[in-house]
Amino acid sequence: MPDPLLAVRNVRAGYGEAVVLDDVSFEVAAGQSLAVLGRNGVGKSTLLLTIMGFTNLVRGSLVWRGEEIGHLAPHQRPRRGLGWVAQEREIFASLSVEENLTVVSRPGRWNLAAVFELFPRLAERRQVRGHHLSGGEQQMLAIARTLMTNPSLLLLDEPLEGLAPIIVEELTAAIRHMPGDSTLILVEQHADIALALTEHVIVLERGRIVHRGRSRDTLRDPALLDRYLGLTLSDSPHASG
Amino acid sequence: MATVSLEALRGPHGYLRAQTRWRRTEIAFWLATLLPFLLFPSYLQLASQIAITALFAVSLDLILGYAGIVSLGHAAFFGLGAYAAGLISKFGWGEPLSGLVLASTLAGVAGYGASVVVVRFRHLALIMITLGMGLLLHEAANSASWLTGGADGLQGVRIRPLLELFSFDLWGRAAYAYALLMLFLTFLVARRVINSPFGLSLRGIRENAVRMPALGAPSRAHVRKVYTIAAVMAGMAGALLAQTTSTVSLEVLSFQRSADVLVILILGGAGRLYGGILGAILYMVARDQFSGINPQYWYFWIGLLLIAVVLFLPNGILGGLGRAAAWWRRVSP
Repeated sequence: MPDPLLAVRNVRAGYGEAVVLDDVSFEVAAGQSLAVLGRNGVGKSTLLLTIMGFTNLVRGSLVWRGEEIGHLAPHQRPRRGLGWVAQEREIFASLSVEENLTVVSRPGRWNLAAVFELFPRLAERRQVRGHHLSGGEQQMLAIARTLMTNPSLLLLDEPLEGLAPIIVEELTAAIRHMPGDSTLILVEQHADIALALTEHVIVLERGRIVHRGRSRDTLRDPALLDRYLGLTLSDSPHASG
Repeated sequence: MATVSLEALRGPHGYLRAQTRWRRTEIAFWLATLLPFLLFPSYLQLASQIAITALFAVSLDLILGYAGIVSLGHAAFFGLGAYAAGLISKFGWGEPLSGLVLASTLAGVAGYGASVVVVRFRHLALIMITLGMGLLLHEAANSASWLTGGADGLQGVRIRPLLELFSFDLWGRAAYAYALLMLFLTFLVARRVINSPFGLSLRGIRENAVRMPALGAPSRAHVRKVYTIAAVMAGMAGALLAQTTSTVSLEVLSFQRSADVLVILILGGAGRLYGGILGAILYMVARDQFSGINPQYWYFWIGLLLIAVVLFLPNGILGGLGRAAAWWRRVSP
């Protein structure tokens, strides 16, 4: 296996005294994609928040490109190459689309032209203020804004939550069409879509990893999906052969 | 494949360059600031007061309009600058330019100190903290009458002629030229700051201070920087007032002055730089006229003006003008 871009080792983390994650370990190499699945409240979002430095890391280590980053302040982590799209989106409401993207931009292959290529809808609405965008457009903007920081690893927290099926398809296509060497950790309730978009998967239960494997193998294991996620793929509108 | 315009390809630096390009209206505005020398020579004292107030309002705009820091104690830095400039001249250093630099620097140091506390708070708590700081300084100056002159004001302020050539006379020619030049130079700095990556980050912080660190911007460090810059500018405005009028009274540190500059910025339009200048012109001219009509109750009209602007022009007069211009562009063939 190549050297990991990110290694999460024996992490125990939470909020204040409350522990949400316990003994979580996994690695992500450059160019790999990882789905993080689990039922509501098992610690999926907390895992991303911990990687970004917004929780209390009680034990364990976060190693980024061989460097321990567990002690770094949150604003220093995006500068190392970590890009996080929060579940809440939180775009800058009174700034235009272009200003939202320009506010945080850093040099790299992702520039205005590249993100507008990925999300043509944003190009059309370039001068529109954030609060005038639809939910789907806001989600596109949130992803595009993080891409403008030119991250080496993109952390997506439930990017498809609450979106209309047509927007889900559009966003899924955009994630699929990201350059092949993009590294991705995807937290998603739509397990079938997450598994179709990624190579590897971990499943969390009560803050611990209870399953890890290849996404395509997991997708073919309905018993496992039912056990940990309560998901019957044939019932899912996004299920595909 | 999506069609992406050339404008989009210009990137962030192209975007910032486009923002810093001087518009014809801006050039016309700055040329018009010279008109009082020709058209209103007997109002140059008032014009210098307007320029100083505009500089003070621009300094508040940096923190309120761009970084979202609501302050009800901004007069603390204005007053510090005024007292520093007055005391420097009283103790024998009457040269105005170096006095201005020293007074502004002192205000900046105080601003940096205050910023360490300010960055920890938002919203109502922040308003109370800044208000408290202003009140503390006002009472400290009041009680230290051996230094500040207390309620009687600072006595013995002697300012030498500007560049040893231009005296600050009753006509206000030197005062207006000096204040206008400083306003323009400081405005250039503020414009540069706002249209830089740092300035863009400030706007992000104003929108969502919690989200910005997740995107790589150190919100607290940025707020400390802009607060210090604003304090330097406010101190400069105070020092200009002390130097051009040769008087410093407790009023420079008063809550009233902090509230007035907030009103000025809201009238003109926060977050637009020119809003503070426009607000200062309107407020000072209105005050001059209203107090002439009714010396006792002129604040009634200022209050009425403020309510009207907030009701009908929520983004200030400049915001309203911008909206009208956008409407005109839409309807004109």
